[in-house]
Amino acid sequence: MNLSLTRSLALLLVAGAAVCATPLLADIRSDAREQVEFGINVAQRGLWREAIYRWEKAVELDPQYAAAFNDLGIAYEHEGQLDKARKAYEKALALDPNNAQIRQNYDLFKEINDRAVQTKDKP
Amino acid sequence: MTARFRRKTSRKLAIAGVAAVMAAFSAACGTELYEVPVETPIPAKLDVSAFQRVLVAGFVAGGTEDVDTNQETVRLLRSQMRTKSGLRVIDADPMQLIEIAQEQNKAATATADSNPPAEGPSVRTTAAADSTAATVLPQKIKDEKDLEPYDRLFANTAYWKRIGEEYQNPLIVTGSVLFTPRTSSGLVTRETEVYDGLGRRRVVPTRVFMERKGFMLRPKFVFIDGRTGATISSLSRREEVLYNAQNETPALSSYFELMDRIVPDFLGTLSTQKIKGTRVLLK
Repeated sequence: MNLSLTRSLALLLVAGAAVCATPLLADIRSDAREQVEFGINVAQRGLWREAIYRWEKAVELDPQYAAAFNDLGIAYEHEGQLDKARKAYEKALALDPNNAQIRQNYDLFKEINDRAVQTKDKP
Repeated sequence: MTARFRRKTSRKLAIAGVAAVMAAFSAACGTELYEVPVETPIPAKLDVSAFQRVLVAGFVAGGTEDVDTNQETVRLLRSQMRTKSGLRVIDADPMQLIEIAQEQNKAATATADSNPPAEGPSVRTTAAADSTAATVLPQKIKDEKDLEPYDRLFANTAYWKRIGEEYQNPLIVTGSVLFTPRTSSGLVTRETEVYDGLGRRRVVPTRVFMERKGFMLRPKFVFIDGRTGATISSLSRREEVLYNAQNETPALSSYFELMDRIVPDFLGTLSTQKIKGTRVLLK
């Protein structure tokens, strides 16, 4: 019985590791994650510029980190850097096309961005 | 008995182990969400950095007589700009632009009459086509057609330059506002309550013929540089609201309801507007 328990746990560990894939284990992903976490912490306190700095670092460390691009998109949006925000959201969606939260953030952003573009275009 | 107890304990241990490992993995690779409020700044359409003050002069207003559209529009825009723009709002009586346009028109007619054309009627026709020549200005403005001849008032740079000098070169906001009653009849979709045999309630959309009445608001805002009298930009909008024909909604309420939809666009022309919303940060 003990043997089967150990086996099932080992199997789960292997399966879990496969799901999480290599980046979780890699130092790079862990460093990027730290930056993202710190960025979230400061953004929640309204320090968006510091958050941008952290998230830019995160995507530099791990250019496949969709969540970091999503967060960066939000921060750029908050700072009125709409072109940069669009690029960041699009990158996040390209990396994780099925992520409903990123899609929702992007759709809300697009609504505002379209208004800004309309405003610019009016004679 | 002991063996059964051991088997039970091992199963419980297995389940707890699996749960612990799953929780560890979900914490490790599952996404955590943080909802944050954001304020997206939308840059102003016009660069008004050259102005410190704004004069909402007045409007050529027409349509229903239930609302003094000129007075209400001036009052509303001034109060909105006081709180939502960086410009200092000049307090002055709203200008009666219909009367001013009529006077300018009379003066233009008098000038044309005192300088009769030297050669025949064909020259007279050319003069009439000139933008500075007198045209017939309707006393009462009932529709958009009646408003058209008044547009030349906004192109009168000499006049607006003079107004600008009087108020120390502010940004001048003027234009026209048409607020007219509207009626409409036709099929509209409404939600109706339906109860089935068991008394259960359902809401279903149904198409019904309805007589409706309401109002249409069509403002055209003209932004004039008080230093030169030249038009910098203009913004036209059209909004309407219709109610059930039995509804007795006062004209003034409808006016404010429609202006509520228009004012953000107006303010967005002059100053950066912040749009509030929420987004989800991911880890």
